[in-house]
Amino acid sequence: MTTTDVTGGTGKSVPTGGANPVDVPLDAIEAETEGVTRGTLVLRRFLRNKLALTGLVVLALLYAVSLTSPLFAPWAYDEYDYLSFLQPPSASHWFGTTQIGEDVFAQTMRGLQRSLTIGLLTAAISIVIASVVGACAGYFGGWVDRGLMWIVDLLLVLPSFLIIAVISPALRGSSWILFVLLLGLFAWMITARILRGMTLTLREREFVKAARFMGAPSGLIIRRHILPNMASLMIIDVTITVGSTILLETGLSYFGFGVQPPDVSLGTLIRDGSTAALTTPWLFLFAGGLLVVSVLAVNFIGDGLRDALDPNARRGRNVREDEDPEVEVERA
Amino acid sequence: MARFLARRLVNYLALCLVATFLAFALAALTFDPVGKLQARNPPPPQATIDAKRAELRLDEPIPQRFVLWLGDAVQGDFGRTVVNQSISEELPRRIGVSLRLFLLGTVVGIGLGVIVGVASAIRQYRFSDYAATFFSFVILSTPVFLLGLLLKYVALELNTAAGAQLLVFTGETTPGFQGGFFEALVDRVQHLVLPTLTIALGQIAYYSRYQRSAMLDVLGSDFLRTAQAKGLTRRKALFKHGLRTALVPMATLFAFGFGLLITGGTFTERIFGWYGMGDWLVYGIEQDDTNITATVTLFVAVLVLVSGWLSDVFYALLDPRVRLR
Repeated sequence: MTTTDVTGGTGKSVPTGGANPVDVPLDAIEAETEGVTRGTLVLRRFLRNKLALTGLVVLALLYAVSLTSPLFAPWAYDEYDYLSFLQPPSASHWFGTTQIGEDVFAQTMRGLQRSLTIGLLTAAISIVIASVVGACAGYFGGWVDRGLMWIVDLLLVLPSFLIIAVISPALRGSSWILFVLLLGLFAWMITARILRGMTLTLREREFVKAARFMGAPSGLIIRRHILPNMASLMIIDVTITVGSTILLETGLSYFGFGVQPPDVSLGTLIRDGSTAALTTPWLFLFAGGLLVVSVLAVNFIGDGLRDALDPNARRGRNVREDEDPEVEVERA
Repeated sequence: MARFLARRLVNYLALCLVATFLAFALAALTFDPVGKLQARNPPPPQATIDAKRAELRLDEPIPQRFVLWLGDAVQGDFGRTVVNQSISEELPRRIGVSLRLFLLGTVVGIGLGVIVGVASAIRQYRFSDYAATFFSFVILSTPVFLLGLLLKYVALELNTAAGAQLLVFTGETTPGFQGGFFEALVDRVQHLVLPTLTIALGQIAYYSRYQRSAMLDVLGSDFLRTAQAKGLTRRKALFKHGLRTALVPMATLFAFGFGLLITGGTFTERIFGWYGMGDWLVYGIEQDDTNITATVTLFVAVLVLVSGWLSDVFYALLDPRVRLR
């Protein structure tokens, strides 16, 4: 089993869950790592990955444009142009107009901003729950482990789409923050399982045992020794959650089970536009295109981070193959 | 192996029940089925509302409602909808529609997914490999409802270009269709192509990524080289020794791919106007109908667990080490 130094030269190391060590010439690694901190190394590897870098730039640009668009766009999202109903894209309405004269560009930017924000916030909530549950279940074992994993299994039986859709009538007329909490509440299970598996192996390692025998309280051990050593996986997982959450959120919003009017998200925009999709494609094509581009960008970033944080991964796209199939399945 | 599979089955059954209770309780808590009745103008008399509440057992505690519902359900009666229609009468037709979509989607998805995955692994870093990778990345970043809408759009263009209704995108048959067996078959296929494609594309993208990785692992292995050294042709070694090993992790994936399929199926049914279980779930939630929601949830839970159990079976069949446990 090969190891990755996560903590920047303090000698703690973490198994990367790999089954088959990959033949990387040792001197090549040494040449690459000489006199460099891990952070620089990861950054350097990430920047070398063209696709990941493109993804990051595109995502940052999209988010920045969606946030600042009210400053330079000719129309605001709540303005109506009574002289142009259902017009295709033009110089004054960049993405066209709707049936009641709303500017599609302004609407789309507002939806994009909401969808991206929801994705990022949900991933943050999810990783907090997942790391607490996963680390506790793995570290304490016994009934804590059995109880927590039973909850995880239970929540995995039903697609989270279904559970959130069933709860959604309670959301009618409430703010989107509540919806984010709900998404976060049902997004952590798979990550928690992976983190529990990693904690199980970490718990048996010398530095954790040493800390325990020195009398360090469990909370401190989890915070100082367990969680930092799982940081790589947590970072990678956050990006995966951002992507899948955006897809889930837009799907729920498409059915009216997610973001509630007057708020808009890319999902509600696509739903509204799709009723007449065949004759007025600009109503949903821009929102749909931006949605695909954003998720694609997030996925590329996730891939690049995995390559950068996990040196055992092979070059190219088949980055997942060095992982344990069980872990891999759970993440899917 | 039988004990291993039996133990898993019991565990799955328990999970199934608790999951259904969870959905039932959540639905009962958040739904307000008499809200629409009360909101009518002029408002209906209190007695009518009370009668409706009594009929829907709204004033009884939720666990009791669930036990009553479950007691009827095991005898094949899934209760009545808010508008007082029998769920059991409509259930078989809805299940049929959904299962047809799921089965076709799974068969096409797994079949093509494995083929695409193996092909890109064998021809790694060639153009076809890059094309397949790009295609899967884009598909996996596209929500199913958008994929369905785009396919509809493409089909419309295609129909216009061909000057005939080649592909149909509403419903699963033409209502009131008259004609012989052959025409009926053509009619069904015309309705079937787009929804199946919508479902299958995601599955192909999903499975092919993993199949490619699994196959690449196998391609570099010693046993494959040995098989060829012993005189097997490359083709024979690849398919007889390589593919079998590379299919093992796919068995576990299958269970999770199925969950993806169910969510995707809901969108597909809704977009193409198929009255299946997914469509019913959305309808049930819109109508604040606890019984419909619980029935669909039970169906989904059973499907997820059957697919989980099936993947255990496949795993045991493909990997002898599991059988010995």
